[in-house]
Amino acid sequence: MEQVLSGVKVLDLTHYLAGPYCTKMLADYGAEVLKIERPFTGDGARRLAPFYKDDPRPENSGYFMYLNTNKKGMTLDLKSETGKEIFRRLVKEADILVENFSPRVMPSLGLSYSVLEKINPELVMVSISNFGQTGPYRDYKATEIVEDAMGGWSLMVGHLDREPLKPGGNQSQFVAGLFAAIACVSAYYGALISGIGQQIDLSIQDAVLYIQMYPTSILEYDKVIRRRYGNRVGPFPSGILPCKDGYIGAIMVVADKWPVLCEWMGMPELINDPKFATSGARALNIDELDAIMMSWTMEHTQEELFREGQKRGLPFAIPASAKMLLESKHLNERHYFIEVDHPVTGKIKYPGPQIQMGDLPYTLNRAPLLGEHNEEILCGRLGYKKEDLMRLREMGVI
Amino acid sequence: MVKNKTPQLPLAGVRILDLSMWFAGPMCTRLLADMGAEVIKIESVGHVDPWRGPVSVEMARLQFPARPENNRPYDVSPGFNLENRNKYGITLDLRHPKAKEIFRNLVKISDVVVENYSPRVMPKLGFSYEALKEINPKLVMMSLPALGSTGPDKDYRAFGQTIDCMSGMAYLTGYLGEEPMLQSGLSYGDPLSGMNAAFGVVAAILRRRRTGEGIHIELSQVEGLIAFNADSILDYTMNGRIRERMGNRDRSMAPQGTYRCLGIDKWVSLAVPSDEVWQKFCAAIGNPAWTQEARFGDAISRYENQDEMDKLIEGWTLQHNNYEVMAILQAVGVPAGPGLDSQELLNEPHLNARGYYEIKSHKVAGSFREIGPFALFSKTPLHIRMAAPGFGEHNEYVLGKLLGISAEEMAALQAENIIGDKPLEKQQGSM
Repeated sequence: MEQVLSGVKVLDLTHYLAGPYCTKMLADYGAEVLKIERPFTGDGARRLAPFYKDDPRPENSGYFMYLNTNKKGMTLDLKSETGKEIFRRLVKEADILVENFSPRVMPSLGLSYSVLEKINPELVMVSISNFGQTGPYRDYKATEIVEDAMGGWSLMVGHLDREPLKPGGNQSQFVAGLFAAIACVSAYYGALISGIGQQIDLSIQDAVLYIQMYPTSILEYDKVIRRRYGNRVGPFPSGILPCKDGYIGAIMVVADKWPVLCEWMGMPELINDPKFATSGARALNIDELDAIMMSWTMEHTQEELFREGQKRGLPFAIPASAKMLLESKHLNERHYFIEVDHPVTGKIKYPGPQIQMGDLPYTLNRAPLLGEHNEEILCGRLGYKKEDLMRLREMGVI
Repeated sequence: MVKNKTPQLPLAGVRILDLSMWFAGPMCTRLLADMGAEVIKIESVGHVDPWRGPVSVEMARLQFPARPENNRPYDVSPGFNLENRNKYGITLDLRHPKAKEIFRNLVKISDVVVENYSPRVMPKLGFSYEALKEINPKLVMMSLPALGSTGPDKDYRAFGQTIDCMSGMAYLTGYLGEEPMLQSGLSYGDPLSGMNAAFGVVAAILRRRRTGEGIHIELSQVEGLIAFNADSILDYTMNGRIRERMGNRDRSMAPQGTYRCLGIDKWVSLAVPSDEVWQKFCAAIGNPAWTQEARFGDAISRYENQDEMDKLIEGWTLQHNNYEVMAILQAVGVPAGPGLDSQELLNEPHLNARGYYEIKSHKVAGSFREIGPFALFSKTPLHIRMAAPGFGEHNEYVLGKLLGISAEEMAALQAENIIGDKPLEKQQGSM
């Protein structure tokens, strides 16, 4: 089955979210990804919720299952000499190596890029870390909420008179993972042409700031420090308002749609009302405008407002829950969600393709169980015998 | 294939025609341009990228009083100039038959076309993938419709905030038990889609190198973002649970939150993911008596009593500035860091030590610090090589030099407004 990244060989030392998302992108689009986990405990994501039936066993983590589709998995103790030797043999054959340990780990294992490039000069190595491989914060600790804050994101979310909010989920780590995937394919493309590999130092903080709506440029050009504005994101009207059965994203954005909105609300007199006639005026009188709009939205359901708004060319939307997404007619007709069969869960639906590559196939094969492909890799690829596996297991190498 | 053994930017030699505007498409091509691709951005005198902001001097003065004044305000836009650095910029009114011919000639000598119109526009211009493939069989084309090009809602309109809602992002963001909240500083669906698109483009040119074939890639901006909340989707498909807004809290550990510090709108975010870190945290803040109380004695009690615990923690953070809190806690290995505003981001010692900001003087706008590449490439470092194009700045290079159109022909095209270096009429712009 041919896919865009068919034939690309990836060695995956990643764990938790950012790194595994990177290698998931590569694997889902056709690369051969070999994930290496530490013996016995495995990837820490195996201990992250959600768990199937809320039972926190290591093969039950939905997070792990999603992030490791289409990968092969083996265990290897990189602290042991034998483990290192096996790893070096795998590096020799790999095109790309991805890791997201803290910056001191790979050098302390004797597996820094400067060592590995001697084994494989065309190797592309992508190292993901919270604050990068260099700089005063390189050893600082972070979790998602700290990355959201230090990438300049959270100060922009929430109400100005209250605490800033982290965006829902684990966005900074996913953003970094996707950037890492971009770095992998691009540096690999360059290496194919030049024959020269390299290491890419991807700091989650850098990555998060890279996607923000240019707060530092606004300060440089306009001398304005941007703050958070709750749901009042201009141009107005624009935001999330309560309606009859929940909330509606009442979004206009393009100023010339104002008369369309007024007609729809049954308030044509607002079109030329000096308090609301221009974007600037609407911004100044936004409290009053929100109150007027709310009296109207409260009379209608989410579906009514969404469909009728879109019919009139207004980009309205329903803030969708997981249930609404799974039940969405549009997404289901596009076959977006994909059923994956797993020994623990049976068949359940996962989010599907982020991108559609023409007519090329996209499938999701389940994540590997811990050490599932040890024999296939060690015996099939590296020529060890079954007896050797026993020995390696006893030594705790696998 | 012979390898040239010369270090060069990863995407050097890849030529990309960029018809995209606003944020999502330009983010895609910004990434590709930063990595060395030759990106040619196409606007027209009647259709300026709205991110250039106001076209009229008066409007610019009114909306952005502190912005450096210039008689070409559309060349002095922070968002546009950041998003379009390292790109060439031309004008070409694609509705005109002569422009269509020029565009087809550009397609012949390019590798990739990126567009983020709604699904109907390119076929209407005569530039469906099938049509362009006839001109260049190896062409990679990237389309970014909001909801994809199939399905009942395919023609719906969407901007970043719409996608924030439709993807489930807004539903999961907000104060505990309160209304869904937009990413108010960020039109998140846009950059995210741009990143997915950039990944798609590079993956496709890799395949083309292997197979010699072009491809039309399509990306639904909504679907790309749903993937980032897979945990919420799987909690529903595995357990039937609908995840709701949690404010700054974690689903299992406490404390985790954003706490007020000394100063105006100054905050620190911190998390205590284990008992071991809790002990360090208590020691770092001087082991106040409350930390020894039974109600905070173990992980479960801390989770249950986090309302009270958060107040006590804030009692401590309020005595320090945000950077002090980070220093005190990081010294013992507790994850903590300030919620940085734009001034702090520009002054940030760590980012500056890593050389994150760069200055590349813009002919019209002047010199400003701008955020640099997304990652550090050890052997082919990425930089801002070229400031964003002024409006129509590279007509001469692209149309004259690359396509060999003569000066007389260019003048004729300009007279017909097919090309130009000034927007045609007063267009409002958006940013």
